[in-house]
Amino acid sequence: MNPEIGALFVQVAYIAASAAFILGLRGLTKPDTARRGMQLAAMGMLLAVIGTLLNHQIISYDLIIIGLVIGTAIGLPMGLLVPMTAMPQRIAISHMFGALAVTLVGIAEFLHYRDVPGGPGVIKMVALGFETVFGALTITGSFMAFGKLQGFISGRPITFPGQKIINAAIFVGAIGLWIYLVATQSGGPAASGDNGILLFGLMTVLALVIGVTLVLPIGGADMPVVVSLLNSYAGLAASATGFAIGNNVLIVAGALDGASGFILSILMSKAMNRSFANVLFGAFGGEVAAASTKSSEGLTTRSVSAEDAAMRIGYARNVIIIPGYGMAVAQAQHAVRELAELIEKRGGRVRFAIHPVAGRMPGHMNVLLAEANVPYDHLFDLDEINEEFHACDVALVIGANDVTNPAAKTDPASPIYGMPILNVQDAEQVIVVKRGMATGFAGIENELFYLEKTSMLFGDAKSVLSQVVSEVKAL
Amino acid sequence: MFSVIATALGVATVAITLVSGPSTTAASGTAGGTLVDAQIVEVYVFLLAAFTGYQIITKVPPLLHTPLMAATNAISAISLVASLVIAGAERPFYINVMGAVAVAAATINVVGGFVITDRMLKMFKKTEAPK
Repeated sequence: MNPEIGALFVQVAYIAASAAFILGLRGLTKPDTARRGMQLAAMGMLLAVIGTLLNHQIISYDLIIIGLVIGTAIGLPMGLLVPMTAMPQRIAISHMFGALAVTLVGIAEFLHYRDVPGGPGVIKMVALGFETVFGALTITGSFMAFGKLQGFISGRPITFPGQKIINAAIFVGAIGLWIYLVATQSGGPAASGDNGILLFGLMTVLALVIGVTLVLPIGGADMPVVVSLLNSYAGLAASATGFAIGNNVLIVAGALDGASGFILSILMSKAMNRSFANVLFGAFGGEVAAASTKSSEGLTTRSVSAEDAAMRIGYARNVIIIPGYGMAVAQAQHAVRELAELIEKRGGRVRFAIHPVAGRMPGHMNVLLAEANVPYDHLFDLDEINEEFHACDVALVIGANDVTNPAAKTDPASPIYGMPILNVQDAEQVIVVKRGMATGFAGIENELFYLEKTSMLFGDAKSVLSQVVSEVKAL
Repeated sequence: MFSVIATALGVATVAITLVSGPSTTAASGTAGGTLVDAQIVEVYVFLLAAFTGYQIITKVPPLLHTPLMAATNAISAISLVASLVIAGAERPFYINVMGAVAVAAATINVVGGFVITDRMLKMFKKTEAPK
């Protein structure tokens, strides 16, 4: 092929891919158009890959084919088999793979420019440094997040004295090396006494260490923010790759990913009532245990039997179900859906109130309920449903705790004061399905459980709800 | 409405970049005026794409935030195209091998990411019309 026509084709393919990505994400603004949008984005990706394979710089396809085959052999089963409950882990580990690719590209490009007369120039060297630092810290950070979500690394925040100072020192060290490399390597390696490779390697290692130390002190419940943030870093690193090699489709795709991760991190921080900085440097779980002031002494709860609960739920006209992560742990989604269908069959109305941090990552609870065949028009987020609790006969809380705690509104001394909560206490009656009286992630008592209108239904969510379902059927 | 305009702007910018010079296609290391120009345009591309992304993604409902993250993860695995060049270009063998590892890692995300996003989106259904 004529090389000029070839180059033009590559660029056209990249433009089409950029457009397909943007339109694909636009499809995600509505559930009806989401699937087709993502199929379009996948086509764009395919086009970009085909275009690249025609690139005149590529002289050998052996290693490319090996890489593609290995990647597909791992990626396809991961995509097809990962259960929906494990989605946060799978997203975390995929950030690691993405960052690994970007970091390797960064290192390879840096080494390549040492053979190019004139070197990479200042701008490309800045981009290469950014790409490698953020890529490397995302590799280890995502692996740590994966470990905490999967459970082979303790979900408890791990802290030690002087941690923040040490973290800051490592970070400053990596950034300092980056600046030094920009100053010395932009024009290519110096003729004698050159230690560019050593320093670049050191910078990469420091960035890998930052990833570990950044995630270590963050508790398991804060993972939604961390995963979103790492999503953003992976995107920004990909964008920097685009700057480093002069490829616009990488810049566009990376910017989209970076923006998305950033928005989600902000949303998650808000939903957990904390600033970004607080999540990253606060080591929440450790501090709060000491901060819990209200004790449950002198307060009593009312517990009900499944039979009694079934009676109340079965005759209710307007039911709002508040699912929490506890429901997913107990695998009770299908029992919940069955109960919802039964209530509707009996003429009642059922809606689900989804708190932004109800799952382990943004939107996780919606996916779990959709998997259990709950229609998405039954799922409502906090702002949509919070005014509706007044008119609700029964609010059924399943495995949720902190997100329903009225102390967030009434008790300025509470560590969760100011956090947006679901107004469950406004409902006429509240039934709470719970394993026992253990506190939630924030480690504080929930006043909701001691209200007069609240009944506690103790037991494993799945078996208790199955009991309720059969009792309602018998009504 | 904003997002439509922003989308058009983003695409237009990419097109302008293309027309403005072939220097964006090859990183051949030729220092000089055109290279800086091309890199300024790259900054425009980044800003407009980030703005477009911000406008669109704030409109994605919380309902679809998990698929959104899976999708952007798959899309940013476009770094595959950079990995492909490094794995196949005329470079020392160990660099080609690094490229191949990068290709494998990025491919995991491309293939797995789109498959899993589709798997999730397939599950979101409306209430069936009463029979």
